[in-house]
Amino acid sequence: MHELSVVMSIVEMAEEKTRQHGATNVEQINIDIGCLAGIEFGALDFVWEAAVKDSVLEGAERIIHKIPGRGKCSVCGNQFQMNNIFDSCPTCQSYQNEVITGQELIVKSLIVN
Amino acid sequence: MCGTCGCGENLDVITITLLGDKVKNEEKEMVENYFLKNDHHHHYGKVHHHHHGNSLGHAHETEHDHTHEHLSSKVIQVEQDILHQNDLLAERNRGYFEAKNIVAFNLVSSPGSGKTSLLEHTLDTLKDQFHFSVIEGDQQTLNDANRIARLEIPVVQINTGKACHLDAAMVIRAVKKLNPKSDSILFIENVGNLVCPAMFDLGETKRVVIMSVTEGEDKAIKYPDMFHSAHLCIINKIDLLPYVDFNVEKAKAYAMQVNHHLEFIELSATKGTGIEQWYNWIAKNKRI
Repeated sequence: MHELSVVMSIVEMAEEKTRQHGATNVEQINIDIGCLAGIEFGALDFVWEAAVKDSVLEGAERIIHKIPGRGKCSVCGNQFQMNNIFDSCPTCQSYQNEVITGQELIVKSLIVN
Repeated sequence: MCGTCGCGENLDVITITLLGDKVKNEEKEMVENYFLKNDHHHHYGKVHHHHHGNSLGHAHETEHDHTHEHLSSKVIQVEQDILHQNDLLAERNRGYFEAKNIVAFNLVSSPGSGKTSLLEHTLDTLKDQFHFSVIEGDQQTLNDANRIARLEIPVVQINTGKACHLDAAMVIRAVKKLNPKSDSILFIENVGNLVCPAMFDLGETKRVVIMSVTEGEDKAIKYPDMFHSAHLCIINKIDLLPYVDFNVEKAKAYAMQVNHHLEFIELSATKGTGIEQWYNWIAKNKRI
């Protein structure tokens, strides 16, 4: 259940930024999470409420932008949608692919007051 | 609240124990407990304290947040990686290891794949050739560290309590206790878990994932993140191949789907079959 560690890191980051900007409360948090980042979105939902309790994020609107996975084939150079890290290239069926996007785990912005 | 499993108990206790050169019967004598109690922030508690005068500790503050007013609300553009703090600490470890010419291997696997057995045999065979030290990660007990200490190898046990992985902050604290020699090899045996440790860089030189033939051959595509982040895959317990339904080539093919840069070594830690390849791999990576 590393999702809880991830949410705790988000809470810390939000606490720190909110404090730095002299605010007390987060209205909205925008987060980018790649579909290949190793995060189970259901598990994240499950732990969120408990993890943000009594923090600046309690009651904040949470907007998660899911970044689709894209891979590039090292054999034919084709770029394609990657649903799993082990997907093969749809053009040449090679597994020699590199992940281009989909491993993001980023707090983009906060709206604070 | 517990930052790992979400339970309501105050379980934010991580214990880091340096074992003496001799294994004493009374373990308690050797145990030094370090407790991190920090509301609900857990082991990250130590991380987010700023050390003034330490440029690394403040590195992220050199980035400027861009803000604009939104009536009474304010928008803060953060653009920060969620594991940024762990990654910073991991880089600090990496720099320390490089400066001291220490090669660090992070051993990851599911429980029971033979990490500790492989380590015991490796240390016993090579201890006259290299200086070693070991960090053991488990939720509870000093059992693994005791097995290593019997070989008179410096070892620190991290007991993560309820946490399912080691992180860079725990390794920093363990390394401080361990004080490894320059020009040595450090093995970090992670908590037995094929999911969570994948996300947490410890500052290791190489990550070694171990699977055994008593597990499913499709392990790599069931737990792709771990195999994707590893440099070497050891297939252990090959002495049991005649008794189990495990196709080594199939297992490798699955792992190559996830990570085509992966190297493989097949061995039996207990019988010694193929273990020379592993020793050669260690020696090769020690030279780099």
